[in-house]
Amino acid sequence: MHDLSRRKLLSLAAMAPLAGSLAAASRPGAVEDTPAMDRKRIQHKNFPNVPLINHEGKQVNFYDDLIKGKVVTINFFYAKCDEICPLVSANLAKVQKLLGDQVGKNMFMYSISLKPEEDNVDVIRAYRNSWHAGPGWSFFTGKPSDIESIRRGIGFSYPDPAIDKDKTQHIGNVRYGNEPLMLWAACPGVAHAPWIAESFTWMMHPELNRVQKS
Amino acid sequence: MYFNVFGEKVSRKRYKEMQNAAKNRRELIAAGLSGRRELMKLGLLTAGGMLIAKDGLSSRAYGQQAIPPSGSNQLCLPGNQAASPRTRAFIEPLPRMPITAATPLSSLNPAPTICPNTTGGEVRAACHQAPELNPTMFPFPPPRVYQMHQRAFKGSHSPDLPMQTLWGFDDGTHGPISPGPTYQANYGIPQMTRNVNALPPLPEVGGFGMPSVSTHLHNAHNPSESDGNPCDFYGIGNFADQYYPNVLAGFSSTNPPNGDINESLSTLWYHDHRVDFTSQNTYKGLLGFYCLFNEFDTGNEETGFRLPSFPEFDIPLAFADKVYDEHGNLQFDLFTLDGIIGDKFLVNGQIQPFLQVEPRRYRFRLLDTGPSRFYSYFLTDLNNLNAVNQFWVIANDGNLLPNPVEVSTVRIGPAERVDVIVDFSQFAGKTIYLENRLLQINGQGPVIPQGFTAGIPGDTAASQVECNTGLDASGAPIAILSDILPAGKGNLLLQFQVSGTRVADNSVDPRSNPSFYQLPSTNTPPRIIRTFKFDRLNGQWSVNGQFMDCNDFRFTVSQNSSEQWILTNLTGDWTHPIHIHLEEHQILTRNGLPPTLAIERSRKDVVEVHPNERVQLFFRFRDWVGKYPIHCHNVVHEDHAMMALWHIVANGGDNISVP
Repeated sequence: MHDLSRRKLLSLAAMAPLAGSLAAASRPGAVEDTPAMDRKRIQHKNFPNVPLINHEGKQVNFYDDLIKGKVVTINFFYAKCDEICPLVSANLAKVQKLLGDQVGKNMFMYSISLKPEEDNVDVIRAYRNSWHAGPGWSFFTGKPSDIESIRRGIGFSYPDPAIDKDKTQHIGNVRYGNEPLMLWAACPGVAHAPWIAESFTWMMHPELNRVQKS
Repeated sequence: MYFNVFGEKVSRKRYKEMQNAAKNRRELIAAGLSGRRELMKLGLLTAGGMLIAKDGLSSRAYGQQAIPPSGSNQLCLPGNQAASPRTRAFIEPLPRMPITAATPLSSLNPAPTICPNTTGGEVRAACHQAPELNPTMFPFPPPRVYQMHQRAFKGSHSPDLPMQTLWGFDDGTHGPISPGPTYQANYGIPQMTRNVNALPPLPEVGGFGMPSVSTHLHNAHNPSESDGNPCDFYGIGNFADQYYPNVLAGFSSTNPPNGDINESLSTLWYHDHRVDFTSQNTYKGLLGFYCLFNEFDTGNEETGFRLPSFPEFDIPLAFADKVYDEHGNLQFDLFTLDGIIGDKFLVNGQIQPFLQVEPRRYRFRLLDTGPSRFYSYFLTDLNNLNAVNQFWVIANDGNLLPNPVEVSTVRIGPAERVDVIVDFSQFAGKTIYLENRLLQINGQGPVIPQGFTAGIPGDTAASQVECNTGLDASGAPIAILSDILPAGKGNLLLQFQVSGTRVADNSVDPRSNPSFYQLPSTNTPPRIIRTFKFDRLNGQWSVNGQFMDCNDFRFTVSQNSSEQWILTNLTGDWTHPIHIHLEEHQILTRNGLPPTLAIERSRKDVVEVHPNERVQLFFRFRDWVGKYPIHCHNVVHEDHAMMALWHIVANGGDNISVP
């Protein structure tokens, strides 16, 4: 700071309009975002309101119908995937059993196809049936570009574009969260089912205490 | 066809934005500002000059086109990431955290109990081991008692950003602050903290953060129930009494009755460790320092090792990098699996502060609070960029080295600490900067990704050259040849304004090569050698192919035994700072060879495991029993299951060599 005269600082301020993007940055008197604004920001940044088609052939909008106001889990699969997907799907079937009728009532599970061009409604319905998925666990297909925007929106991509394109290496995590409370986390889809189920319950009961006895 | 700085295709619109940004910058330079150096001083080229141009809201700045944010104002930003608003640099003094104020025992309601007072709202896994083991050495209640409330408060990291809700620690005297107040603790004086969750309920929290906590004291030789384990957490209105014995390792095992003086710890820190939510909660402010003194490291430069006096000349510095939205509100990317890189650099909760110092020796305790950034610290004189300015590292991860090590730079990753001595007498009357010159553009760690080259071959667009490499004073592009940026081209973190007046300095001169603690022997044969492979399987962070589960103890260590642990990084381009609770380790080998860095011949509690590296560690697990974790301290990885729980039992450790 010693090196800067007040004049220089002023001349710099006068120049600000020249640098349009810089001028916009300076916001003296700006105020804190409200939780409502935070929620909107997350919605716009992470949850595109694109159409999807569920395993019953019904069209829904991702944010409005699936996310808004709900406790949800989101993961990706494709029917012909023979490595990670069956492991995750079998595991989620166990998780659903553990959570019982909370799924479909207090929380919703979503599995979205990464290869919608192969996985039409009949395919995802058959896939869903093969895991004996109960009510509240829905499977979706849709337009590839829409699904891609969901995948990127929830951060299930690799920093290396080459790996990111390889669907056999797709992200096996399960995103879980409570939309109105802006509570979001993720866990590996092949983690132990009881632990995944416990993690999901925090979204419905964030006040829970816990100790682990040795 | 158009490309961004990573050689990725971008839209025509995006390319035009990049060019406009570059044009803006050229106009600024043409309008009379002599060059980058000056822009940087003003904080105009942002908080860190050219590095900023490549940073963004998260690792997703690289390789991903996120949904374009509104109001992005970065000069040349790849990947359509949001960037923080402008903040002025070096106009605010460095915040100095107050010493944690003790609490009268009578003010604790309900009164503390040795076993958890569950009906009174306490959440603790077990009865206190220490007073049960030795009530004379560890009385209950202990002589020093603290009560810390985790609370929300209105604060700001810069006068150019609005007041906003942050989280901090309130000792009842200084109000909630972040970093929290600094504990001044002493070996031989046990203490207890009642950590009370007084955070606001959801959804008032807003944006990110989970009002559910477990406060870990990082690197303390603490019994498990007071460790602040990620699997023991509690909601609003509950508390945990955490007993800190302040006792040397070995006191009830190898070196009775007082423990091994060569296991003395100096610089510890406390932070939230709530499983799956640590990154959000620490980013929001739940952390602070814990400085532990003894008869050698006394805090008084006229006694013991004569290290600069605390707290006047011995200053803890907590480094953090963060991102703000266009309104200046702190932002956290809830939707990344990789790591978060900020474009604003904070020291002790202030963006780019200054510190007025006297021309004498200071001890700084440098802590990288993460979430995901690594630092290579240099002392930079912007008026003499060719000068190599030396300083001394005296402690690694808060553990004093056998002797000071003279360096021109030192590198740390998330959760690592180094204590350094800087002799400002050589800079009397000058302005000197603490600069991070390590290039890191995403959560992977300081590795230049493939495709990141100085300029795009065959493309001479000035915007790309500028964005990619920055310009020197004459406007010529600077090529990036390593992950260390040229002096003055990194992130200026802290400005030292050195007064010209000579002053007294009774602290030890590191040039005289004083001796501190000797390294404890690693000759004890290990009871078992265990191997841990850190990997990424379908985007899932794993330890030996498995994932964090609080209900799963992966292996059992025999109390008071020695073990060797081999940590292997199979994740290609990623660097993982691995932390193990309870006792420090010593690095025996990296890829089969003893550590070459002098400061790695030390005791540590975090080890950077670099790509394709195999690190062999020596451990002792003494004195206490119970559960502890091993985890990656890139807290985004940690929160996505790169952690394993293990425990220590009195008899009968197992023989699982690949847990």
